[in-house]
Amino acid sequence: MSTSPSTSRPAHASALLDLAKIESGDAHASHGAIDVSPIPWLTGEVGMVKALDRDTSWVPSFELPAKAVGPTIPAAVEAPKKSGCGTGNCGCKGKSSTAPSTSTSPSTSTSPSTSTSTSTATSTSTSTSTSTAAAKRPKKLDPKRPGSGIPARKVIRVLVWARRFSQSAFFAVFMYFLFQTGFRGNFTAQSDAPVRLPLPVEAFLLANPFVAAMTFLSTHTIYRGLLWSIGLLALTMVVGRVFCGWICPFGTLHHFFGWILPSKKGRGALRVEANKTHGYQRVKYYMMYGFLVAAVFGSAIGGLFDPICVAVRAIGLGVIPAIQYLTSRGLGLGQSVPLRPVQGASDGLQDVLAHTVWQTKQFYFHETWFIVFLLVAILFANRLIPRFWCRVLCPLGSFLGIFARFAVFGMEKDHAKCTDCNLCLVNCQGADSPQGGVKWRQDECHMCMNCESACPEDVIKFRFLPNRRSAITKPDLDKRMTLATVGIGAAALPVMRIADKLDVNYHPKVIRPPGAVEERAFLERCIRCAECMKVCPNNALHPAFFEAGIEGLWTPILIARVGYCEHSCVLCGQVCPTGAIQKITEKEKLGIGVAPVKIGTAFYDVGRCLPWSMGTPCIVCEEFCPTSPKAIWVEEVEAPMREPKAGENGEPPAMKTVHLQRPHVDPSLCIGCGACEKVCPVQDQPAVYITSVGESRSKTNVILLENTNYNQKT
Amino acid sequence: MAKGPAKPPPAPALIADHVSDQDRPTRREILTRVGAGVGVLAGAGLIGRLTWDHGGFGQTVGTGARQVRDYRLKDPSEHAELAIARARIDEISPDAEVIVKRAVDALGGMKRFISRGDVVVIKPNIGWDRMPIHAANTNPNVVAAVAKLAFDAGAKKVVVADGSCNDPARCFQRSGIMKKASAVGADVILPAEHRFRTMRLKGDVLDEWPVFTTLVEADKVINVPIAKHHNLAKFTAAMKNWYGVLGGRRNRLHQNIDTSIADLATFMRPTLTIIDAMRVLMRNGPQGGNIDDAKDMHTIVASVDQVAADAFACTLIGQHRDNLP
Repeated sequence: MSTSPSTSRPAHASALLDLAKIESGDAHASHGAIDVSPIPWLTGEVGMVKALDRDTSWVPSFELPAKAVGPTIPAAVEAPKKSGCGTGNCGCKGKSSTAPSTSTSPSTSTSPSTSTSTSTATSTSTSTSTSTAAAKRPKKLDPKRPGSGIPARKVIRVLVWARRFSQSAFFAVFMYFLFQTGFRGNFTAQSDAPVRLPLPVEAFLLANPFVAAMTFLSTHTIYRGLLWSIGLLALTMVVGRVFCGWICPFGTLHHFFGWILPSKKGRGALRVEANKTHGYQRVKYYMMYGFLVAAVFGSAIGGLFDPICVAVRAIGLGVIPAIQYLTSRGLGLGQSVPLRPVQGASDGLQDVLAHTVWQTKQFYFHETWFIVFLLVAILFANRLIPRFWCRVLCPLGSFLGIFARFAVFGMEKDHAKCTDCNLCLVNCQGADSPQGGVKWRQDECHMCMNCESACPEDVIKFRFLPNRRSAITKPDLDKRMTLATVGIGAAALPVMRIADKLDVNYHPKVIRPPGAVEERAFLERCIRCAECMKVCPNNALHPAFFEAGIEGLWTPILIARVGYCEHSCVLCGQVCPTGAIQKITEKEKLGIGVAPVKIGTAFYDVGRCLPWSMGTPCIVCEEFCPTSPKAIWVEEVEAPMREPKAGENGEPPAMKTVHLQRPHVDPSLCIGCGACEKVCPVQDQPAVYITSVGESRSKTNVILLENTNYNQKT
Repeated sequence: MAKGPAKPPPAPALIADHVSDQDRPTRREILTRVGAGVGVLAGAGLIGRLTWDHGGFGQTVGTGARQVRDYRLKDPSEHAELAIARARIDEISPDAEVIVKRAVDALGGMKRFISRGDVVVIKPNIGWDRMPIHAANTNPNVVAAVAKLAFDAGAKKVVVADGSCNDPARCFQRSGIMKKASAVGADVILPAEHRFRTMRLKGDVLDEWPVFTTLVEADKVINVPIAKHHNLAKFTAAMKNWYGVLGGRRNRLHQNIDTSIADLATFMRPTLTIIDAMRVLMRNGPQGGNIDDAKDMHTIVASVDQVAADAFACTLIGQHRDNLP
């Protein structure tokens, strides 16, 4: 008996705790060794309690598992059998009458009784259903619930449903904003009205304190709307990591996938074990500290791991275009059916989708397979470690976890009443040790309220200003490891930047969006959220792979062969949450009254150009050149051209003269928008192409003397 | 191994002993089996024959007649074929609607062209992300006036659409046509990828091209281009406007812009052509972008013959039809 608990709980959370600090209730965790004696069903009097594994008749009747966490029902039944029975046949069964007995049970130390009494006192003062209250009103007991059958407080049942509603609503808002991240035209707008998105589609990023902290550390400023993130910080300081459990769309995605695709640890003791606090949960804190230190040194590379950035990037650049591709292929079949109604329905459905979900054309993104692959991998990881992303990787969650220590709302546990039924663990999202016998980990808790809703024994109670005897509020980190990750964060920046891309060997294809700040300042701000790529109407902006160096992974670059920069469009700056792309106006971009924004310069590959080397008229580039006067001008020439047929009697082919217009670029007028490259009919490798040189944001990546800022008079 | 000899496997003879007449397949079973086998073989042969790929190039070249969209009026009329309406000198800010009506009335009124219940497609030029003052797109007031005339003449539905060069949503909104045309009740339809289908144009250079189906599925088609400068073709208006019905990589057309425009003009023959020369882009065409590039002319040219309309309109920017390629 005494050895079995330790064998069945190899990596228990108690290992992480400082035993000396654990209050009396924590004896529960190691009852096999020390404090088992006061609890009657652990003292050998097993005959008094119903053997757990014989009775599986009960089913949790509270609303929780019925729909949202369906797969947990069998788990709930089995959990006590395997894991809970590590404590002998104690089980969650107990008796319906054991609750009072526990409160009066003798103990070796004095503190349990105090903690019990205080919790009873406080809970009765808040007029909730304590054990004594339940004893007075036996009607309220629910025979279908395990253990003493005390139903969860009504407020908790309401809160659990409110959380589900909140998760769905915020996820829906997130997706709606993502769908609206694009310009579809407005039937009522005046022709001279500036084109802007009506909604703050980047709102989730603006409310993101991790992004705000990174950019604050790197730029020492809080950019415009990022001030909203203080609101989320304030919320966390009142009610803990409510963002993770109630708001975060990426967390909701993991919650959802953990439910419909339960892991192989989705049931029984394995699930209980998986939902206990593990050491690997510290990883997210170490990573977050590393990212913040990297930000101090001038790189917002932590955006690679920010959950909102990951969600926007993967869903916006991968999932939505992929579903559009599939749908248009499917509905394209409908168009080939030779029946007018079918064709009309197919067209109509595609119209509706194009005007609500995606756009009128298919979007393609540079090497986006890798982004989607990582999303699938993260979702799949839920099968190995439930809510893998949220527990192990999420830097936003850990950032909020640091501030959760100030929360005035939290959990109180009455360890003495706990029967080790582990129902709380079965339903736990954050792996924050809700079970009796160990301290609750406030920094890990997502505040989903599942544990209290599931608890049949009146052990767990969420309330304002809880006593903190049974809680650990600060992340439990290893100091050396923290220092090591801080060091890595500091060292990463020079290691990434001694690669040649940034300072000496400019990559010609790293063409940043219009309004982007200078490259170093850009890397201080860009969080790779992909909002600019999603909003770009011409599909011109793409996530860089390694063009901008390893540090520039997934930062926006313009690939003109796919799409050019629309002349009067400034939407990428509008949605940029951190100011990596500044909110320029049309006047500033077009250069009305000021110098226009240049993002690069066009060059001709005359060996591939039709009028230059093939005697064929073309100049589509000149037609599309948006500046006035046009940066592309043509030279009228009469050029010799050979007839394509051999002459008579084997004579060489005859010569003729053709009139041609040969295009030239005026680099002082060219803004590098890439329209010429996009429309060049030489399809695979265009005869005119843009490179980043001459971009107005840089003082060093330049061609012309008069265009350098050093020489400008104003 | 050691048990092998001790426990010999059941002798085949034993099984053979148990085969009785009852275990043999019946005649019905044999017929069924053989029939199924033959059926599968025949089905495989049939599918194979029908889907047999002979290989070689040229299999995808479409066959069939040249597809032409001819919306011209069939009845010969005594009315004029070409009408030019200009603003009066004394009109300080001329109303496009009045001038359009004047031009169309000179041809016999819109009722001559539109019958009650017609689905009318209006094809303006909405190619560029430019505002009306830049005169790169058809004037929105002209489009709205034409749509209104069509409704007044009894049209059931008026569709306004074009295949833009720049981002369509931006072109439609900033040209002002989206607001003005939908305000008079017309359906403004953006060019979406799924609305393009391949058609056989069978011209000299245009063989098969994706075509914006919205523009060709109509009872009557009114072409409402804008007259403007174009560096390659010198001047464009009505016939070049039909580039807007094409999808795909239409940038290749410029290598033989004259023939491809002629091919398109053969493919699309509108009921009526109304050239907007209210404000004409004189240089930096076809896109413009500078207010100084355009000049107010307050002229509308209406014609049943798009060639004649173009021939006149080119004189507006100082060209003569014989000078043009």
